[in-house]
Amino acid sequence: MDKLFPKLPLDQWVETLVRYLWKQAGGGFDLIKMFISGWVDFLAFLFMGLPDWAMILVFSLLAWLLSKRSVAIFTFIGLSLVSNLGYWANTMQTLALVLTAALISIILGIPTGIMCARKKAVRDVVMPVLDFMQTMPAFVYLIPAIFFFGIGEVPGVIASVIFAMPPTIRLTNLGIRQVPVELVEAADSFGSTAAQKLLKVQLPLAKPTIMAGVNQCIMLSLSMVVIASMIGAKGLGADVYRAVTQIKIGKGFEAGLAIVILAIMLDRVTQHIGNHKKNKGERV
Amino acid sequence: MIKIQVKNLTKIFGSKPDKAIQLLQEGGSKKQILQETGLTVGVNQASFAVNTGEVFVIMGLSGSGKSTLVRLLNRLIEPTRGSIEIDGEDVATMSKEQLREVRRKKLSMVFQRFALFPHRTVLENVEYGLEIQGLLKDERQEKAKQALALVGLSGWESSMPDQLSGGMQQRVGLARALANNPDVLLMDEAFSALDPLIRKDMQDELLELQSSMQKTIIFITHDLDEALKIGDRIALMKDGKIVQIGTPEEILTNPANEYVEKFVEDVDMSKVLNAEHVMKRPETITLDKGPRVALQLMRDSGVSSLYVVDKRKTLLGIVTAEAVSQAKAEGLTLQEVTETNVPTVRPDTRLHDLFDLIAFSALPLAVVNEGNRLLGVVVRGAVLGGLAGRVKVKQEPPSEQSLERVNLVG
Repeated sequence: MDKLFPKLPLDQWVETLVRYLWKQAGGGFDLIKMFISGWVDFLAFLFMGLPDWAMILVFSLLAWLLSKRSVAIFTFIGLSLVSNLGYWANTMQTLALVLTAALISIILGIPTGIMCARKKAVRDVVMPVLDFMQTMPAFVYLIPAIFFFGIGEVPGVIASVIFAMPPTIRLTNLGIRQVPVELVEAADSFGSTAAQKLLKVQLPLAKPTIMAGVNQCIMLSLSMVVIASMIGAKGLGADVYRAVTQIKIGKGFEAGLAIVILAIMLDRVTQHIGNHKKNKGERV
Repeated sequence: MIKIQVKNLTKIFGSKPDKAIQLLQEGGSKKQILQETGLTVGVNQASFAVNTGEVFVIMGLSGSGKSTLVRLLNRLIEPTRGSIEIDGEDVATMSKEQLREVRRKKLSMVFQRFALFPHRTVLENVEYGLEIQGLLKDERQEKAKQALALVGLSGWESSMPDQLSGGMQQRVGLARALANNPDVLLMDEAFSALDPLIRKDMQDELLELQSSMQKTIIFITHDLDEALKIGDRIALMKDGKIVQIGTPEEILTNPANEYVEKFVEDVDMSKVLNAEHVMKRPETITLDKGPRVALQLMRDSGVSSLYVVDKRKTLLGIVTAEAVSQAKAEGLTLQEVTETNVPTVRPDTRLHDLFDLIAFSALPLAVVNEGNRLLGVVVRGAVLGGLAGRVKVKQEPPSEQSLERVNLVG
């Protein structure tokens, strides 16, 4: 059999493609890298600009505004513990990384999701790509990420984006397509333009579903930080990775706990953003 | 004046409809086309005209294509063939921009399940059509409030739709459609989701609003009673085809085919027929005649009372056989024994409303017009005959002159 059908040189094709891309758009990749690392550094700087206790208050207050009191209390206690254990700087670094990845995923994912909802042709192309992105082991696209962006936080962000964007696209598409047909007909029957229909009817009604996508996106980004630390991204992931390689159970637990606290905090806040607005609407 | 002229409007669901169209033109049925081409016929060559200010009801059972038809009119569903002319402009062929303009200015739609935007307040819902036209907030709120007042929902502006009952939600739907001040209202089973009592109220209110607004209304329903009540004319659909168009009376009394006949056989005739349809030719006498003539007339025509009229048939009163006998015995004039307190009804009084009157009146009911001119008489037997559906009405709408043609069978 080996002789009859020689092995397809798929590996070589992929490498050739990656090299070709690099040759054609190397400058572009540099630009992206500069932009992303600049943004992550800016966020990290922002988060560490004030003393720990002041930032803990700011975050708790934000949690209260965006969500509810119990989440604010959890944020306060959780972040105080993180600060006390000495993981403050790395937690903020991770937060900057996660928020950057989530932001890029949302900026790219929501419009893509909208296009999927509107055109079946787009959907037919995008959906298999999403399946591919989600099932291909994350480690695999770390390799081209390193190739294009070197080591450090930027390939980590890119890998997180690839991993975390699919649910945003899927749930945006789903949310818009789940808007009842009659409401879409009502919007059309009064002579709405496509943009008016989208902004005044479809997106507001799809918001809870889209927010669920955003929540998923942030959670998946967070789950990527440990993997990203393998290619030199700073933050809590690096602490965990170090603890694993050195078999330091206690340190590993501390760093892991900090990730869990961050995760719960982000999850509760984003879960409530959508509901919060809805409740406000009902009270009018 | 014709407002909407629909010609050969056809909708085939599925791609490559040419073969199906050809089959339809050759008279193929919906079932046959599904078998031969695998395509579904939504609407089959519908043609009709709706006049300005008319309530045109499209009626049929579910699956008859009526909801598809109404969506073809504002192109929520794209027609496969045919034309829809509104004020002479063909909606079917106009550009997207023109269509949007027509939808904004001329056509508004009311939906079966209300289709209110759940994230907007009642006022914001009603404002929607004006908002997308770019009206300033003050102006559109003003108009929206007027529309809400029209449907009796002032004071509910800041409520959310899900806080309202079904009937109130549909009022919001109606107000939303009226806020644009459209010429044409498309109402797709607008009251079908409401419970019967509320539905009746809404029908009455729609008729009341219509009497002052004079919109052109296309009303879809599967409920025959509703169609008969609010429709000036009714189109009956089956398998995507319009099988009969006519006034409620025409549909009931001259069903075009077995299908229509079956559809209308259970109808409550008392809500459809008027005094006009069951009245008989009255036996009359003028005051210059004496009691003897009166008695002779009664004997000849086999009745026990005569209506007293003047030369121009104005109703003056009634004389009964006993009164005339008394007059003859005591030498009184006819005028002196005339009973002037006569129960009267108008020709357009519904049969339904005659029951009480006739049950508690010893005398028959006189049917008079606005000028108190005697047109006919309603006796108990005729009311019962009408209920049994034994009335034949000619195609022309009944008028004073059509009295002779109203023929009571049995």
